[in-house]
Amino acid sequence: MANTFTRMISGRNTAVMLALGAGTLASGFLLSDSMAAAEMRKMYPPSADYPDLRKHNNCMASALTPAMYARLRDRTTPNNWTLDQCIQTGVDNPGHPFIKTVGMVAGDEESYEVFAELFDPVIKDRHNGYDPRLMKHHTDLDASKITSGVFDEHYVLSSRVRTGRSIRGLSLPPACTRSERREVEHVVVTALSGLKGDLAGRYYSLGEMTDREQQQLIDEHFLFDKPVSPLLTAAGMARDWPDARGIWHNNEKNFLIWVNEEDHTRIISMEKGGNMKRVFDRFCRGLKQVEQLIQERGWEFMWNERLGYILTCPSNLGTGLRAGVHIRLPLLSRDPRFKRILDNLRLQKRGTGGVDTAATGDTIDISNLDRLGRSEVELVQMVVDGVNYLIECEKRLERGQDIKIPGPISQMIH
Amino acid sequence: MPFGNTHNNFKLNYKVEEEYPNLSKHNNHMAKVLTKEIYGKLRDKQTPSGYTLDDVIQTGVDNPGHPFIMTVGCVAGDEESYEVFKDLLDPIISDRHGGYKPTDKHKTDLNFENLKGGDDLDPNYVLSSRVRTGRSIKGFTLPPHNSRGERRLIEKLSVEALTSLDGEFKGKYYPLKSMTDAEQEQLINDHFLFDKPVSPLLTCAGMARDWPDARGIWHNDNKTFLVWVNEEDHLRVISMQQGGNMREVFRRFCVGLQKIEEIFKKHNHGFMWNEHLGFILTCPSNLGTGLRGGVHVKLPKLSTHAKFEEILTRLRLQKRGTGGVDTASVGGVFDISNADRLGSSEVYQVQLVVDGVKLMVEMEKKLEKGESIDSMIPSQKILFLSFILFHVLLCWLVTSWAYLADVSITYFLLKKSNNN
Repeated sequence: MANTFTRMISGRNTAVMLALGAGTLASGFLLSDSMAAAEMRKMYPPSADYPDLRKHNNCMASALTPAMYARLRDRTTPNNWTLDQCIQTGVDNPGHPFIKTVGMVAGDEESYEVFAELFDPVIKDRHNGYDPRLMKHHTDLDASKITSGVFDEHYVLSSRVRTGRSIRGLSLPPACTRSERREVEHVVVTALSGLKGDLAGRYYSLGEMTDREQQQLIDEHFLFDKPVSPLLTAAGMARDWPDARGIWHNNEKNFLIWVNEEDHTRIISMEKGGNMKRVFDRFCRGLKQVEQLIQERGWEFMWNERLGYILTCPSNLGTGLRAGVHIRLPLLSRDPRFKRILDNLRLQKRGTGGVDTAATGDTIDISNLDRLGRSEVELVQMVVDGVNYLIECEKRLERGQDIKIPGPISQMIH
Repeated sequence: MPFGNTHNNFKLNYKVEEEYPNLSKHNNHMAKVLTKEIYGKLRDKQTPSGYTLDDVIQTGVDNPGHPFIMTVGCVAGDEESYEVFKDLLDPIISDRHGGYKPTDKHKTDLNFENLKGGDDLDPNYVLSSRVRTGRSIKGFTLPPHNSRGERRLIEKLSVEALTSLDGEFKGKYYPLKSMTDAEQEQLINDHFLFDKPVSPLLTCAGMARDWPDARGIWHNDNKTFLVWVNEEDHLRVISMQQGGNMREVFRRFCVGLQKIEEIFKKHNHGFMWNEHLGFILTCPSNLGTGLRGGVHVKLPKLSTHAKFEEILTRLRLQKRGTGGVDTASVGGVFDISNADRLGSSEVYQVQLVVDGVKLMVEMEKKLEKGESIDSMIPSQKILFLSFILFHVLLCWLVTSWAYLADVSITYFLLKKSNNN
């Protein structure tokens, strides 16, 4: 545990206070220029700037009316992030007739407040009616509560749980400056170097890894690459690549953290086989330890009781959690009732390459649909129960028996 | 309005070293010029419309470049960028435009009658002729920075100006977002249609935002005069036709441009221009005339000659494939155009193309007959002169230093011998 003095000088608060003095001076000069720019922006009425969303099909386009745009256009968050910057990705990517993307991102924690008039209906749309004004999100990272969390490995090939965490006080990937991004890397990597036991590991900076290390990480399916999806690049998340991006993993290679990809951090716990309980246990332990380590230096994760953990994309609010398995269900996946069964269990299927990929062979990726409004334990338990049910169905079909579509789990508890 | 960390003033809470981009693997003009000192000096500045240094350089930071091709690595967000960020842009401009100094003046000459010849390029070799340039409309910010409101107004003004043209310039505007499939097919077949930029050089600079809002193509009924609205620049103006009558292409180019400019001036929105940088465009590489005048020409023999590159360099020309920049030539047909943009006028640059292509076609004919072209290869007039001058200067310097050294040593020795 760092002594008080070290904590103080390396602490975020001191750095911010010292810099604030210098920053205020500089900001003072910048402010008058900013005011001129703000005046220039206002020369055009909001109606002239309102985007043409007639061919669009995303949550933002469904929610953003001209009147709302007019009210929000000239507002900024404390770091000068604007509405136009939130929605740029949704304007540039009209969406797909069948897939409804979110169409907007947050630049910082305050975006969710300053632009609440737009974010709230988008959140409601995406998270099954969750109303941030009225409801509270419950966080529960007690892995001991999970029951029946070990799957039949004849069917389940691997188990995985992922989430994201943002460091409070630093702008999010669409808005961050190089120094803020480097600060995120520094804070996180310092904390991770304090992990011990089965969680001890090492960091690989994307810009400095050797070819051999790179090949190793690719072979292990750990390496992430510069985003090519226009959903991400239009939101400015690939700026300055690969500066301050990297991958950390423990020596056992079952606990992995991505730094400065789509979020400040993405935390992944995974292993071959069907022991979801162990995966989730390591997930919770690791998360708690990382949180403790950053708190020792005066940092914390972005979280509030309305929205849970704050992440860049509104779709990842709440738990930001996707718990899933790679599972072989040759008979069930061909059954016409499969989709309905998944829907009722509040599960989704993806290809084994992740979102938007097709299944290879008979193996598919099954994970939870929900993120916000249910705690981590609840969501993982739903995956556990759901996957066990799917395995039961597969076994019954193998034996020539019939299967039943389960009743739908209620969408909202709170 | 822009993207990324434009107005994120939290960056000022951090030291210059913490914000300075890592350019160690970069090879573009911006990376060569941008030192920590320059970054520190300019990082808290903005143009009146709010464009910052980080905005200027983002495309160069995100695109380290190619070991062989030197990209510019920065863009302007508005006319004032070239002033506010002078300390960065002047050296880049000098690098890119053959040593152009901050005190140099650029001459604009759009008087097509000053062009000599150009109507007699052999159509057996010269398949088509084309001249293009760009124009920015004063009072608006540029494509990397402009808002939807600005872009739409630019489109509105441009369409008003263009649809008021008549005679050989009578034509029609096709907005990208509402063209029919038939119109789109036709424009593709005519090689007129431009598409959403995919090059990361452009997308990282924010030029593809809100696509296809307020983008469109206008062309005259004869399909010889074409204007792109809100692509890489406010306006890209193109005059072209089959065959080798570059004189006619240039005439139409100049006349059309002047007509359009008059209409914009009437609405108090002339083109961005100053006597130092000529016409102001988004990319510093297009300053000055922004003009690329060129031909598609068949040079199968000459292009394989050992001195082809040297000939092009001496003629101040560049070659590209027939698909445009970064494409390969097909069937010995090359796109030959002027290499320079800033420091010489439009007439001068097109003259270089006309004279140079004429010479190269003569060379090609000679090679066909099996004759040598060595006597035709142009000498480097300017370079030769400077070679002489340099040596004169060197001799003078050497002699004067030698003389000075001689005198000093003699004096010292004398003094020493006196003391003894």
